[in-house]
Amino acid sequence: MIPPNIAALGLFGDAFDFVFNQQEAATGGVMVGGPEQVLELATKQLEVTLLALGVSLLLALPAGLILGHYGKGEFLAVSVGNAGRAIPELALIALMAAAIGVGLFNLVVALAILGIPPILTNTFVGIRQVDKSSVEAARGMGLSDRQIMTRVELPLAIPTIMGGVRTSAINIIATATIAPLAGILTLGDFIISRNVYGDAGVLAGAVLVALMAITLEMILAGFQWGMTSKGLKLQKS
Amino acid sequence: MSAPDLFVLAEVSENFFRDRSGGGCIQENKLFCPGWVVDNADRYVDPTLQHLVLVVSAVAAGFLIAFTLAVLAHRHRWLSSPFLAATGVLYTIPSISFFFLLLPITGRGAVTAIIALTAFTLQIIFRNMTTGLRNVPTEVTDAARGVGLTKKQLLWQVEIPLAMPEIIAGMRIATVSTVALATLAVFANGGGLGTEIVVGSNITFKTGIIVAGSIAVLMAILFDAMLLLTGKLLTPWTKVAR
Repeated sequence: MIPPNIAALGLFGDAFDFVFNQQEAATGGVMVGGPEQVLELATKQLEVTLLALGVSLLLALPAGLILGHYGKGEFLAVSVGNAGRAIPELALIALMAAAIGVGLFNLVVALAILGIPPILTNTFVGIRQVDKSSVEAARGMGLSDRQIMTRVELPLAIPTIMGGVRTSAINIIATATIAPLAGILTLGDFIISRNVYGDAGVLAGAVLVALMAITLEMILAGFQWGMTSKGLKLQKS
Repeated sequence: MSAPDLFVLAEVSENFFRDRSGGGCIQENKLFCPGWVVDNADRYVDPTLQHLVLVVSAVAAGFLIAFTLAVLAHRHRWLSSPFLAATGVLYTIPSISFFFLLLPITGRGAVTAIIALTAFTLQIIFRNMTTGLRNVPTEVTDAARGVGLTKKQLLWQVEIPLAMPEIIAGMRIATVSTVALATLAVFANGGGLGTEIVVGSNITFKTGIIVAGSIAVLMAILFDAMLLLTGKLLTPWTKVAR
């Protein structure tokens, strides 16, 4: 057996090679790896992630905003968040695929189930934490409930809400890695189908997925910075 | 050592379907076959125990490391940002990807899975702990110094106990998430309940998925309740204050 430290360098080298040069599959016959396939699978992973994140936002953000504004359903909003964390990703994806069928729609539904709880809970908590005097002041100035929600509460709650969105995005992109189990080939295919891609493919997939998740997280952190109002930034520093 | 290939288990699953009682339910792969569960409850014992080991080891290691980091960051404020950033990166890397990043170093197995799961818990515990320590009122720490407590006594006898609700909250989030994530350990050959979903039977066998998933959810609920209780026992004064 090769000493692990030398093997380590070697395998990372192989993984690098896998990304840039096509090679014959371990099972023989077909060519795998190379920039074209990597790009294809990466695009799919991003597509699935953004779709699921979009669906989660579309459902959870307005719900959290309204529940938070009227102070209703605290138990619901908080328990959904707690329960969401306990859902085993693997069981969810496998069960969706086995019971309802494989395909993009089912996958996006499964991923949205993981994405909704953090956004809902954080939006609710963020809106509830907005200083009541700010809301009263806005009401005194003649703002309607709707205006208070979108112009006062939402901007003030952005840091907390974005915290939820980022958690949700991390959950979704991580779980999109096992999407091949639901018939959608993402970068996770390199990891899961080791018999086809070999160890080089597995490691390449792992590195790519990690880079992708970190990039997404950094972009969302940038969004958060951009969306946070000047006043809130001043308050913090 | 080479790992068994996850999806080349056709012969195993054929036997699996033939051998089991439960009749038509299994053949038709209905959503849930209670008869099969009763007959096969024993096959879930080992994976459940492995799952417990994964979770307890990862959360315990995560707690020890995050605790140390938080105490350091509390003493030297400038360490706080780099620690937060570093644990943030570890939190962001998907566990399943982390397993295989470790592959050239630690190979396949439970240790690899535990390291990746530990890395995931750090940020959650660290962030809650630093928030808890920071939220201790200055009047309290001033008073403690006034009665002559050393820095060490201040930390252990005043600050950490007062930060306990936040610390427990962090531990609850970390533990529940880890129970769910540990189902993925099967991809690192680390055992756990994921084995019963992916390898043990067949990825399309619904009853198997539901049972393994339910055990994981149940385990998460039990851990959560235990931590909640521990928190109550460790902070008896909160009851009086209310």
